[in-house]
Amino acid sequence: MAKKLMKGNEAIGEAAIQAGCRHYFAYPITPQTEVAEYLARRMPEVDGVFLQAESEVAASNMLFGASSAGVRTFTSSSSPGISLMSEAISYIAGAQLPVVFINIVRGGPGLGGILPAQSDYFQATKGGGHGDYHLLVFGPSTVQEAVDHVILAFELADKYRNPVMVLGDGMIGQMMEPVAFPAADVSPPPPKPWATVGMKNRPQNLIRSLFLNPDELEQNNLELRAKYDAMERDEVRFESYLTDEDMDVLVVAYGTMARIAKTAIDALREGGKRVGLLRPITLFPFPRQAVREAAGRAKSVLAVELSTGQMVEDVHWAAPDGMPVYFFGKVGGNIPAPEDISDEISKVLDGRATRHGVEPRPEEAS
Amino acid sequence: MTATTIFGTPASLTDRITHYCPGCTHGIIHRLVAESLDELGLRETTVGIAPVGCAVLAYHYFACDFQEAAHGRAPALATGTKRARPDLTVFTYQGDGDLASIGTAELIHAANRGEKITIIFVNNAIYGMTGGQMAPTTMPGQVTSTSPAGRDVELAGYPLRVAELVATLRTPSFVERVSVHSPRHIINAKRAVRQAFEYQKEGRCFSLVEVLSTCPTNWGLTPLEALKWLEENMLPYYPLGVKKSPDDEV
Repeated sequence: MAKKLMKGNEAIGEAAIQAGCRHYFAYPITPQTEVAEYLARRMPEVDGVFLQAESEVAASNMLFGASSAGVRTFTSSSSPGISLMSEAISYIAGAQLPVVFINIVRGGPGLGGILPAQSDYFQATKGGGHGDYHLLVFGPSTVQEAVDHVILAFELADKYRNPVMVLGDGMIGQMMEPVAFPAADVSPPPPKPWATVGMKNRPQNLIRSLFLNPDELEQNNLELRAKYDAMERDEVRFESYLTDEDMDVLVVAYGTMARIAKTAIDALREGGKRVGLLRPITLFPFPRQAVREAAGRAKSVLAVELSTGQMVEDVHWAAPDGMPVYFFGKVGGNIPAPEDISDEISKVLDGRATRHGVEPRPEEAS
Repeated sequence: MTATTIFGTPASLTDRITHYCPGCTHGIIHRLVAESLDELGLRETTVGIAPVGCAVLAYHYFACDFQEAAHGRAPALATGTKRARPDLTVFTYQGDGDLASIGTAELIHAANRGEKITIIFVNNAIYGMTGGQMAPTTMPGQVTSTSPAGRDVELAGYPLRVAELVATLRTPSFVERVSVHSPRHIINAKRAVRQAFEYQKEGRCFSLVEVLSTCPTNWGLTPLEALKWLEENMLPYYPLGVKKSPDDEV
């Protein structure tokens, strides 16, 4: 299929159409509003539903209702909007509904800013809303990958009857890149005998997250856990870059940061430095085993993020005991240049860096 | 000689014993909804949305598909379901804490978009499930657990008249306030509920029926006293009648 030059947000909207989604409910927020603008034009062309809701709270609950009626449905938002949707996400997870969420992350906390960030990693991978649940979370690093992840997100949401999030950042949303739409490969939605579409010649279908009986609630929690275990077994995705041989530093980065880190690594490799990259593609399930194995061939690990240190906690968890873990982050919407990252890697190589979470920060030590 | 059943459980109700308190009017209102669905032949194509509040378990009592919403969000769920499947009959069943407090935005905008859904709004002037707290619909001076000296309108404002509020919207809809404190009023309430579902069946408009209801337990009254209290205190403030009809000139 011919490639088309598209802005990330518009490509995400088109990917949802290609995935067979005809029901989109959303509320405008920078830097993802082009998804809504694109679908406001595009949905009518395919007899789909575009609904601009009164709030993210309402939009996310409309997803609950649409998914309950058996259709593929999704929304897109950015960090503060996802916070408002977190109530519904919790209910959607508890009620085991397939829904796709796009978060084009901007800096926070609070109103923060509108520039790219990776500061919603905790919210996306550890919960966000209340209760014991997880989303399946993808972290695309290119517009093409965002397209592929959106399509995969619909398929896996249906497979697991679980909300799936594509966690991009402002760069993914705003950047233009060539993309191809592998529409022929999209699997149609499976039968949904659980959907609430009218009780005819069968018992009642009931979609709820309320289980007042403790044994029933425990059962629901255990069913959810079993799904997360299955995801950890079957859905882990990652990319290894120059990690086959022994390394002095293994860089772990996801999304757009991994692209910049690659450029830095290439430059250092040209200088003979032994550096590789492990890029988590699924953020939940986190590629713990892959990070552990790659770190086992390295002397140290450096996590690079657009945050003050979130994914690095999972890197600590994954890294072999005693492995020195370092962290480099930029925040506020500032993006590191490849040189910023290669400087940090050089610090680790030279023994000038401070171990993350073990030693005090330099300013604290002085 | 053959027996003829002239009164029985509607097919749209299950035979499950409800958890509602003695004297509560939820049972009556459930029945009015169920009879309407039966009479209009809608049961097999209906999806109900339960609220958070006393009616949270309504799905046990209606013999149709159901969803259970987050607090106040039922009109948003109903919107999603109806937009996905316009052929279904979709109704929400909400109390005054759910609809008139935490769910006002979802209510107003569902009504303003003209979603072809039906909302059964049960107004008993108090939070029942959580044990009798002040609601936006609580009467001036009414004592509740969070207005122990009576609702002070200087601090809490006046009770929200939901039916009148929704009727101000320009989008065509059907809005009526009814009561169930006497057999005569129950018969009239049935007509309104059925009318609301008829409008949905015809694909005509958004419909909301506000039903004045009692809460003997949290009002601290016997069931009979509660019916009298509704008549004497709520009726003057919450006038009954059709507030808006799709036939009204826009």
